[in-house]
Amino acid sequence: MSGPPISLSGITVLYGPKPAAAWPRVQAMAREGASIAAIRTATGHVPGLLDATLDLPAGSLCVVMGLSGSGKSTLLRCINRLVTPFAGRVQVGEVDVTALDVAALRAFRRTSAAMVFQHFGLLPRRSALENVAFPLRIAGKPPAAAHDAARAVLARLGLDAVAGEPVEALSAGMKQRVGLARALVTDAPVLLMDEPFGALDPITRRAVQDELKGLQRDLRKTVVVITHDPHEALRLADFIAVVREGRVVQSGAPDALMRAPADDHVAALLAAAQT
Amino acid sequence: MFPESLIIDIATPVTAALENFVAQSGDGFKEASKHVLGVLLLLESALRGAPWWLVILVIAALVFALTRRFAPTVTLAAATFLLGVLGLWDAAMQTLALMIAALIVAVIVGLPLGVLLARHNRLRAFTLPVLDAMQTLPSFVYLVPALLLFGLGKVPALLATVIYALPPIIRLTDLGLRHADPDAVEAADAFGATPTQKLFWVELPLALPSILAGLNQACMMALSMVVVAAMIGARGLGEQVLLGIQRLDTGRALVAGLGIVVLAILLDRLTQATVRAVSAGSK
Repeated sequence: MSGPPISLSGITVLYGPKPAAAWPRVQAMAREGASIAAIRTATGHVPGLLDATLDLPAGSLCVVMGLSGSGKSTLLRCINRLVTPFAGRVQVGEVDVTALDVAALRAFRRTSAAMVFQHFGLLPRRSALENVAFPLRIAGKPPAAAHDAARAVLARLGLDAVAGEPVEALSAGMKQRVGLARALVTDAPVLLMDEPFGALDPITRRAVQDELKGLQRDLRKTVVVITHDPHEALRLADFIAVVREGRVVQSGAPDALMRAPADDHVAALLAAAQT
Repeated sequence: MFPESLIIDIATPVTAALENFVAQSGDGFKEASKHVLGVLLLLESALRGAPWWLVILVIAALVFALTRRFAPTVTLAAATFLLGVLGLWDAAMQTLALMIAALIVAVIVGLPLGVLLARHNRLRAFTLPVLDAMQTLPSFVYLVPALLLFGLGKVPALLATVIYALPPIIRLTDLGLRHADPDAVEAADAFGATPTQKLFWVELPLALPSILAGLNQACMMALSMVVVAAMIGARGLGEQVLLGIQRLDTGRALVAGLGIVVLAILLDRLTQATVRAVSAGSK
């Protein structure tokens, strides 16, 4: 089973007291190519994303790259609507995520899109097994069945030995492997990863990256990885998108971007990856 | 001199309103107070009726279960034994019953309030000054209306103790929830938890060390009310202190005061051990 394509069109996220009132002004300034800082001073509203449009191919390992504050994490959170866009549409396969009501959105998150966090987001005093079983338990699966499924995923990632350990006793690399196991346990076809290797040391980072690539060869999920590290992007990606100032500057296969970078920013990022 | 014409008399209408209120619904409060008293008396008779060695054994078992170490277990068992040696056993059990009852009520009321405060910034901005007032208002000020409503006895004493013990529980529940790991809370949302699931699976467990620290503080606040509580009819160690003062019997007051200190150490170590047992290994 291969993951679905993900399509974001015209996504705008607007932070501030009255987004609806500020919207026409923001839109006008955005069309003239104003910077986020300029829009912030003029309107008192901060656009997290500005008319971002991006199509991610089905079943591929996509890396969204950008500097801090570029809006890349916001973009990821629009896919499972942890952030609700002010304008625009998010389509995951056949599902229009932006149109889901509360119950449907909850069901979508339980079955269709799992997530991995930079600082793991695990329950520290619970065991690795309980953490991995967590998504199934809140979806209403009985404990025994949830634990069996969790044990199977842990075994697949080679984590059998730590299943009973409380998560807080594990190393950062092990914690993130548990975080990955938790995201795999629901069999969601979409995997959202917010700087998943950011808190790991360089050697562990490489190991977990390789594990992810190995898993992805069998799973063929649609994986979206957020990173600010160009090396990481080139190591992992089947498909790269570069985000800057709340907009998607360029997207495509890594060598396409290398051959024809859209602007100096993309060129500089890719050049940094080769040094 | 401040001009007479600018003085607003608040005292007279407040007194009148309260008297009116007592006349109208005082019976209802007395009725409710009977039920509370029943529960409190049950707890008290259990503690006072139990053989002394059983109480010490239970405390020792509790400490050992929490710390897994012999030194604190023996120390706290000895401290409890000391209460008996000082001739304060019965009074100490009365006070302990009042403390436990007050803490139970404070948790039942304070925990949900703390959760509400963590959710609503405006409610929090409004409530925090009220909590400050609860802790700084001299207790006699609210004891008088409480006496009028409930009559003399253990129930107004319980109320006074709860009012004092409540603020730290509310505050530290709110604090613990606000400082819960944002990634873990977001993860609950990302995996489709309902708000209730998020609260009970993720937020409250993450806030638990902070909530228990609040319980520890509440214990200490409650103990500081022992003598005041005795003035309005809760007996126990506070009464011994009062008797000592009234009869200028320094020895008696000192010994009873010592008993309160021992009880404080006991409750403090017990709650702190719980905090440590719950957050073990997180350092």
